[in-house]
Amino acid sequence: MRVTDSEPLLRSEPLLDVRDLSVTFTRKGGPTVRAVDGVSFTVRPGETVGLVGESGSGKSVTSLAVMRLLPRRGVQVGGQVLFDGDDLLTLPRDRMRDIRGRDIAMVFQDPMSSLNPVVPIGIQVTEVLERHQDLKGETARAAAEELLFRVGIPDPRRRLKEYPHQLSGGMRQRALIAMALACKPRLLIADEPTTALDVTIQAQIIELLKELVQDTGASLVMITHDLGVVAGLCDTVHVMYSGRIVESAGRRELFGEPRHPYTGGLLASVPRLDAPRGAPLHPIPGSPTDVLSWHKGCAFAPRCPNRLDACIGGPPRLESLGDRSLRCLNPLEQNEEVPA
Amino acid sequence: MSDQVPAPSAEKRASADVLLSVRGLEVHFPIRSGIVVERQVGSVKAVDGVDLDIPRGATVGLVGESGCGKSTLGRAILRLVEPTAGTVTFGDVDVRALAGEDLRRMRRQMQMVFQDPMASLDPRQNVQSVLSEPLRAHGIGGDHRARVRELLDVVGLPASAANRYPHEFSGGQRQRIGIARAIALEPQLIVADEPVSALDVSIQAQVVNLLEELQDRLGLTYLVIAHDLAVVRHIADVVAVMYLGGLVEQAPSDDLYATPLHPYTKALMSAVPIPDPVVEDTRQRILLQGDLPSPADPPTGCRFHTRCPFRQPTRCAEERPLLRTVAGHADAHRVACHWAEDIEAGRILPAASAVVDPDPVREPDPQPDPAT
Amino acid sequence: MSLSEVEAATESEQVEQPAGNLRKEAWKRLKRDPIALVGFGLIAFFVLVAIFAPLIAPYAPDAQPGRGMITPTNIPGPSAEHWFGLDASGRDEFSRVVYGARQSLLVGVVATLFGMAGGLLLGVLAGAFGGKVDTVVMRIVDIMLSIPGLLMAIAIAALLGAGLWSVMIAIAIINVPVFARLLRGQMLAQRGSDYVLAAVSLGVRRRPIVLGHILPNSISPVIVQATLTLATAIIEAAGLSFLGLGGADPRVPEWGRMLADTQRYLASAPHLAFFPGIAIVIAALGFTMLGERLREAIDPKYRR
Repeated sequence: MRVTDSEPLLRSEPLLDVRDLSVTFTRKGGPTVRAVDGVSFTVRPGETVGLVGESGSGKSVTSLAVMRLLPRRGVQVGGQVLFDGDDLLTLPRDRMRDIRGRDIAMVFQDPMSSLNPVVPIGIQVTEVLERHQDLKGETARAAAEELLFRVGIPDPRRRLKEYPHQLSGGMRQRALIAMALACKPRLLIADEPTTALDVTIQAQIIELLKELVQDTGASLVMITHDLGVVAGLCDTVHVMYSGRIVESAGRRELFGEPRHPYTGGLLASVPRLDAPRGAPLHPIPGSPTDVLSWHKGCAFAPRCPNRLDACIGGPPRLESLGDRSLRCLNPLEQNEEVPA
Repeated sequence: MSDQVPAPSAEKRASADVLLSVRGLEVHFPIRSGIVVERQVGSVKAVDGVDLDIPRGATVGLVGESGCGKSTLGRAILRLVEPTAGTVTFGDVDVRALAGEDLRRMRRQMQMVFQDPMASLDPRQNVQSVLSEPLRAHGIGGDHRARVRELLDVVGLPASAANRYPHEFSGGQRQRIGIARAIALEPQLIVADEPVSALDVSIQAQVVNLLEELQDRLGLTYLVIAHDLAVVRHIADVVAVMYLGGLVEQAPSDDLYATPLHPYTKALMSAVPIPDPVVEDTRQRILLQGDLPSPADPPTGCRFHTRCPFRQPTRCAEERPLLRTVAGHADAHRVACHWAEDIEAGRILPAASAVVDPDPVREPDPQPDPAT
Repeated sequence: MSLSEVEAATESEQVEQPAGNLRKEAWKRLKRDPIALVGFGLIAFFVLVAIFAPLIAPYAPDAQPGRGMITPTNIPGPSAEHWFGLDASGRDEFSRVVYGARQSLLVGVVATLFGMAGGLLLGVLAGAFGGKVDTVVMRIVDIMLSIPGLLMAIAIAALLGAGLWSVMIAIAIINVPVFARLLRGQMLAQRGSDYVLAAVSLGVRRRPIVLGHILPNSISPVIVQATLTLATAIIEAAGLSFLGLGGADPRVPEWGRMLADTQRYLASAPHLAFFPGIAIVIAALGFTMLGERLREAIDPKYRR
């Protein structure tokens, strides 16, 4: 396995540059839904970027749009997705197919539905190697075995012959990661890769991802609802709400001093293992479905404890604020306690 | 395993404080095989000898990963799954001895809150009907409409919710309906099986707070089953950790988190991500090897020894450890590990391959010991 | 089975989530579905014709307005006066086809209702009690399903003696196992669901659980099946009548019997086979189109 020397983490040129991405779903006879609305972010080589949000935040749709995996009917995708300077959204389909898998790989939440249930793991992994790496027969099989071993699957020779249902959830997710890595991608997009797994298995998978990013110099986009996962893994974090980024910052800045009331509210509402017992939780009132349409005002306004009249007067802009970007008219003060 | 009743809790059981007492509980699901004539070829030992006391008015948390048997244990206590051995004593009633109408009436005292609020509500039933169903089932008269309004109010839903159907609510609201249904009969015990894990992060705290509020208001006793240690730690007074059908550690919440004694508890706690980069970057993780063994064919001796980073060449593989107290810890803190004292004192260290040190120090593993 | 899943499977059977607004959504989809609308239109047409037969048909079904025009070798075909021509007894074919709708609809509806009722009974027994009851009921159902349907219907109808009721009962009986099996499967799936467990844990008695929760949530596919069965019942009824097992009263027109009666004149008067035949096809098609689309609208598994 190739182990590149750790390059300087932050090269100036971004590997992935998402600019003003928007995704609109139109259903026949139904309302149009803007699932992703002007999302911009960059991923530099070797960087790990987190997209955090609850259901309906648009985080998964963003990743699917980047990979051009959304159905074409009833979906409009706008903006640009520059990968190495090429706009993925306008690339011919066959070139996109080459990039998918070879340069960008994706790992999904449910490993079972991402694997073909009637084909042994080994064949599925070698297939990828044969298609993108030009390996043949025995060489490909040996490479597949090595990959499985590398992602921590014990006894890979035997596992190669097994079908997906014979593997546990954690093992399946490892197999998927092995397939994603088969082509030494430069960018790995992981969409809730540990949500279906137990915590001890989750810890194994996250360690594995960390290690792989470090060893191969690939970039990682981690999509999750779990702030804890992001805190230990990502260099930069984008918090999404109702299709837009509401706050972006380095993880230390974001977790140390959340400025958007939504970020702060999320942090105050999850019980922390290391917090003194009896510390009260401060839930965010309402539910993620109680949103205001962004063109009328801030989508979070209906649930926001810091709401001003201006918040429902028009859409707040994503402003650059030194160490972060923030979409809020009345952010939390630095080091302010989150209001109960 | 089932006949051994640990001494410390024997006198505790006699005290009026214990609402529910479980002894040697086993739930074994038969594995049948055969084409024409089915015969039993083995059994899945989902719950395999559990002792547990739930004090009146307290919250006991039961944590463990999927497949450890925690949900089955909860359901066996409520007789929604039939235990195959052991006793369940509620107050002074032997729950396992009840049958038919007696059992049905007993259910009034013990209710359940489910994980998936959508699946646990009949999609064709409106809220009025959902909440008055328990009243009808137990022949409780009076003004059901008024009672439903009252229940809705208690769980923080408007009275207008009564005429709506489950799909018209958000996940958090549905779980409130599920909770309202559980308290409709004014039960003494509520078993909450993963009450928040299906909910959005920002909603979970609402439901946790509601459960706590109801406990204060109605004097409820809870058994909260969850895989999320942080939630359990927040809500429970006493936490029991379950692994592969048995309890491995049980302690007052604070003690458990301050000084986990069992290797599995340690690993579990170190695996829970904490939303704080400063903590995440400095903590040491204990990674477990492999997956949960099959409950149809559990390991001999200590169930955990196949994955335990502290495994010793003696005893672990032969002798099944019982829950016991450890010198220097409260009597209520009990652990099922032969080597708990040595591990705590640092005389036994975890296998180096299982320990992941904080980030900057970590180097890519050159040669993880091959299993081939 | 993978290790960690053994118990996961036993402790929390995740039944597919029944979206509460299924019925409304299904209705919405149906209203926009041209095929379902055509099917519905055909059925409506068929029903209206049956109801208003006396107003539509120019002659009574047993009147013989063309008696004098008939010879064994010359049966007049469609004309301005007799749209579908005359039959071998000089009766107006159009009027007979119109009146025949009544009979076909009656047989189809009654046979389907009886079949469904029997199927519901057996299905509820098997689905609600499980265990031995289930085994016994399902073995009976399997045996019935192993005999070709039409063959069994013929045997039953022959056993009961020719007549309208025997046809209806025979068709009802051969459809019982179809409904029973379908309902039982649905009920078994619902029985493991959380809301049923919730009802048990509340102390709700068995009967309200079965009749109030499990059955209503299992019934949708049965209704779809009934629509499809209506189509086949009409064809089967025609088949039985064709074989001479149908109605005893020759004056009451019935499409299958009309077809049977034309056998001898098929060469000289093909219109006698054509019109009843096309009527059967159109009626069955209407129910099939609606039923298929209803199934797709209700059951996500069939959605394309």
